[in-house]
Amino acid sequence: MNYEPIIGLEVHIELETKSKMFCSCSAGYFNAKPNTHTCPVCLGLPGAMPVANKKAIEYAQKFGIALGCDLRLKSKFDRKNYFYPDLAKGFQISQYELPFSHKGAIEITVDGKVKRIGITRAHLEEDTGKLTHAQIKGKKVTLIDFNRSGVPLLEIVSEPDMKSALEAKAYAQKLQQIARYLKVSSADMEEGSMRIEPNVSLRRVSKSQRAKVSKLPDYKVELKNINSFRFAQKAINFEIERQSKLLDKGEKVSQETRGWNEKENKTVSQRSKEEAHDYRYFPEPDLPPLSFTSSRKAEITMTIPELPDEKFERFKKQYKLSQVDAQILTADQKIADFFEEANKAYRKKDPKKVANWITGELLRRLNEQGKSISEIELLPASLAELLYLIDKGDITQNQAKEVFEQMIRIGKGAQLVIKTLGVQQMTQLDLQKLVNKIIAQNNKAVDDFKVGKVASLGFLIGQIQREAKGQADANLAKNLLLEKLKK
Amino acid sequence: MINTQKLTIQEASKLIAEKKISAVEITQSFLERAKKLNAKLNSFITICSDEALKQAKKIDELISDNQRLSPLAGIPIAVKDLFSTKGIKTTAGSKVLENYVPAYSATVVKKLLDENVICIGKTNLDAWGHGSSGENSDFGPTKNPYDLERVPGGSSSGSGAAVAAGQCLAATGTDTGSSVRLPAAFCNLVGLKPTYGLVSRSGVIAMASSLDSIGHLTKTVYDNALVLNTTAGKDFFDSTTQEKKVGDYTKNINRGVKNLKIGLPKEYFGNLDKDIKEKTLAAVKVLEKLGAKIEEVSLPHTKYGVATYYIIQPSEVSSNLARYDGIRFGFGRENFGEEAKRRIILGTYTLSAGYYDAYYLKAMKVRRLIKEDFEKAHKKVDVIICPTSPTLPFKIGEKSDDPLKMYLSDIFVVNQNLAGVPSLNVPCGFIDNLSKSSGVGLPVGMQIVGPHFSEELLYQVGYAYEQETKFYERRPEL
Repeated sequence: MNYEPIIGLEVHIELETKSKMFCSCSAGYFNAKPNTHTCPVCLGLPGAMPVANKKAIEYAQKFGIALGCDLRLKSKFDRKNYFYPDLAKGFQISQYELPFSHKGAIEITVDGKVKRIGITRAHLEEDTGKLTHAQIKGKKVTLIDFNRSGVPLLEIVSEPDMKSALEAKAYAQKLQQIARYLKVSSADMEEGSMRIEPNVSLRRVSKSQRAKVSKLPDYKVELKNINSFRFAQKAINFEIERQSKLLDKGEKVSQETRGWNEKENKTVSQRSKEEAHDYRYFPEPDLPPLSFTSSRKAEITMTIPELPDEKFERFKKQYKLSQVDAQILTADQKIADFFEEANKAYRKKDPKKVANWITGELLRRLNEQGKSISEIELLPASLAELLYLIDKGDITQNQAKEVFEQMIRIGKGAQLVIKTLGVQQMTQLDLQKLVNKIIAQNNKAVDDFKVGKVASLGFLIGQIQREAKGQADANLAKNLLLEKLKK
Repeated sequence: MINTQKLTIQEASKLIAEKKISAVEITQSFLERAKKLNAKLNSFITICSDEALKQAKKIDELISDNQRLSPLAGIPIAVKDLFSTKGIKTTAGSKVLENYVPAYSATVVKKLLDENVICIGKTNLDAWGHGSSGENSDFGPTKNPYDLERVPGGSSSGSGAAVAAGQCLAATGTDTGSSVRLPAAFCNLVGLKPTYGLVSRSGVIAMASSLDSIGHLTKTVYDNALVLNTTAGKDFFDSTTQEKKVGDYTKNINRGVKNLKIGLPKEYFGNLDKDIKEKTLAAVKVLEKLGAKIEEVSLPHTKYGVATYYIIQPSEVSSNLARYDGIRFGFGRENFGEEAKRRIILGTYTLSAGYYDAYYLKAMKVRRLIKEDFEKAHKKVDVIICPTSPTLPFKIGEKSDDPLKMYLSDIFVVNQNLAGVPSLNVPCGFIDNLSKSSGVGLPVGMQIVGPHFSEELLYQVGYAYEQETKFYERRPEL
């Protein structure tokens, strides 16, 4: 039997505002001492009331627009009621009926094919505290850290438009990329500032039916505890496998929430449909309904930078870059900016060369050093300077690579690094002398060349380079050699 | 020696300013009376002598320094135990919070203390504000100073009894659907339920957030306006507050009622105690004599008020009480009393999937109709006058076994909360023959209801009437 996976994603992204969603506590909780970023509001003390964070609302709306959503001019907050020890108030302030934005779509590319994924809604809510299960003096305890309680959280719900784990991964990565482009979140899966919960179900299809639109399955399985794209992919694939086996046996797949167990590489049941919460949503009475003007909407739209897709198209067109280069350069906005600045500083109008140095050398070195572009001090102009020195013939291509590695490491300009490294190119006069010397020492190779064995030219250039310790310009050496040999 | 218990804030303020009595002296005198009468009335849960005297000493220093102080400086007041007071136990009248000491103060408390008011203690109440009689307190019922066998009205029961008995000069209260006005009516006091959004709720333990109004009880209308001068105004910490405060609510208080249009809603005069009806209509006659124009108005959706209120209010209660899980502060849920449990169950039901539309949503629609009733009526008349309670203060235990009967005590007072409009309870006489202990009779109150943010006008009407009648002078004998 053939099955078609139906996958939708709920993605939570923490918005990196200075303060929390409903109080003035710092929202930067990562690595902070437990329960130091708290106040009556985020601790849910009696009588404390929420005050909505304007910046967070703006970020949420901005994200919505970037996802191609309709921005609602009238919106409100609602209470989502449920009990859990990490939820200080016994309810979460969220948005139910009127999310800030809805009905959008983004494009993903998988195996060279572009696909549109619908966005159902993007709404703002608050994060919960964090539970840690520990053992203290031999006693099992659960500790609560409320530093995260009340951190603004954007929930983006997709349409069930994805058909494979790869598509789901590509979609999630696209959201991460957009979050970073918008500078509203680092959207880091490991740190928990981005969390994804896929819904997976299978639809039976026969070959002839494949193209036809048919009804969605009457169940879905929600996957939780996923803290990397890799796990998301694994969990979805596991689920597809598990569900198809059940269906093959003629069994019904039950609607439930399952968690990814990374040790055992499988999903395990967490909560069945019967145990599902009734959240008893109702309008948050402590926060008046919100209304926005269309000019405010225009204002926010203005603050949206060029997004990955647009930048990718522009790079291809403006710089005549290949699909692959444009893809790599625009994956990270900071890399893209680095490229554009370096290209501007390098006046030779050779974007391909600049791109090669970035996609090849820069990204390789960063990878080796385990760093991101924002962690190094290298200036885009320094790369231009280096390229200029190569063009001028001051250093060779090989030398330049070595110099560049140092530049990345210490964040200094090309000239300075060359000085410290003592890198220098041989003068033409010295090179001429060396060429004469090598010819004199390698009679056999010279004779071979003269009878037409072209390969021996390479051998001679190699000899020159060895003697010159890499400081000879290979092209110049070749030309001088040929000149001499043809006499 | 000055007899402090008969004083109004206005009078006490003058004595303090003229240095005829010091803040410490007046505080000591009220502390003494508060302690002495508490055994009889059970009006206080906590009396904070040390904090009060410390504050009084500070104020005396400011006075001897000849600093210009507010008219509330040195005035001993009491605070309903639903208001968070930093460092002072705040129980909400419930065993759940028996040991809870807030880390911060409610905005209103902060504002009052900043004006150099002296807080002598925290008053008793129906637990969480749930009740119309004071009998739902986990710390025992409060007694009505005018008849110790009767209830003082709730939920601000201790606040009502304390001001009436002269244990303090004013007390704060909260009014979600009667809780300031009923005690005011039952204890011969002026009680304000302000417009929703005029006074900050921040730090006041929430009952039903869309209905809770932060008011206060005083002996006179003038005193009441003085307190509102301090408590009113936009607060950053309460997003539902609005900047609609009038500079000084006492300024135009004696403008009179000449040519003012007063409406009598016919729906409020059908089903009530005939003596109360008589007293209320007599009060209207007084205002007519003073030049007001009286006409009948209609608030057609009045009869749906209690039903609507008892859906919306428990819904919000069920959510607001969810945080009392005993994990971070206070004791566990097993300590909730009967009434709190009843409302949690009711509210959880009305918000549940499948019932929400039929109950909560429907109630919200009716709520809008009730609000529109008031808007329409206020297009015709300046203020509305109606009774506050359908009955006189009832006997302790008389209704406590029948929640529905108890809920119906609120029949005239919940609609103003649903509409968000302000309402001022003003004493309008006594029914003499019933009283046992105090010998002055049982008090009757009436409500003056106005459009949103019309508190200044309500005070104007209340003051004109009060100057003619001076019922506030009839204090109970204890």
